Amino acid sequence: MKVAVVTFPGSNCDEDAAYVAESLLGASTTRVWHKDASLPDGTDLVILPGGFSYGDALRSGALARFSPVMGAVRSFAERGGLVLGICNGFQILLEAGLLPGAMLQNASQKFVCKRVRLRGHDTGSPFMRGLAGRVLEMPVAHHEGRYHASDEVLDRLFEERRVAFTYEGANPNGAARDIAGVLSEKKNVLGLMPHPERAVEAVLGGEDGLGMFLAAKSFLEAR
Amino acid sequence: MRARVIVTLRRGVLDPAGQAVGNSLRHLGFGEVGDVRLGKVIDLELGSISRAEAEKKVNEMGQKLLANPVIEDFSLELTDEGGTRTT
Repeated sequence: MKVAVVTFPGSNCDEDAAYVAESLLGASTTRVWHKDASLPDGTDLVILPGGFSYGDALRSGALARFSPVMGAVRSFAERGGLVLGICNGFQILLEAGLLPGAMLQNASQKFVCKRVRLRGHDTGSPFMRGLAGRVLEMPVAHHEGRYHASDEVLDRLFEERRVAFTYEGANPNGAARDIAGVLSEKKNVLGLMPHPERAVEAVLGGEDGLGMFLAAKSFLEAR
Repeated sequence: MRARVIVTLRRGVLDPAGQAVGNSLRHLGFGEVGDVRLGKVIDLELGSISRAEAEKKVNEMGQKLLANPVIEDFSLELTDEGGTRTT
């Protein structure tokens, strides 16, 4: 299994993502700078990590989407490659149009940094095997996490089983229909606001985030 | 040529920061204040290009980057060296 973790100027969860890939999944892991115009040969999974790319100038993710590496990420995703966007990575995928919708400032106007509960949905995505119906606990840490899309798009996302996670109980940011994570049409691109990479070992307070990484790994190994 | 791009949240999109500003204004005694929406102003220096070209290019900039059509609308004002302004 080959994982590429992209670092944008202002990414700050890239180390954590690479740690999960390398130390916990045992994947051959390459750090990719956003100015690289290509991904390493044989890449199976691309992770766009959390952080504040370009200082969130203009809108979260708005400038990162034009980084040279995003052309390669787009064609990788179009070929069916697995892409995981966490927090700012999710915002970048939205701005790039690889996932539908947009992010707005939290309804509370506050930066929210706490553990939340999420419900996994039955989607048929490689990231979600074994997670359907489960309630998972993971941290969120964001100021722009209020997912927004038109009612039409929201209806379609649920119909097409592309809502991967919804907030369970309290919705920390006012996201439309409690949406915490969405999938692309082919279900190979997942974006979510919570941080699974920060919930992968008991010492971090929980292991609920590990499931989607292991699901992706077993999907790739079974191919 | 100079351009000013004004980006606002689309109607129907909740603007909590605008609401907070509205509440503060009413608290200050400006009871006539109803809905308040915040936006962004982006000023661009465009050098010596024609008005028509500026309008075309700045519209393109708005669509490609300056506004996100899912949540925002934009409008623009152009000012030429003589100071004539159009919206």
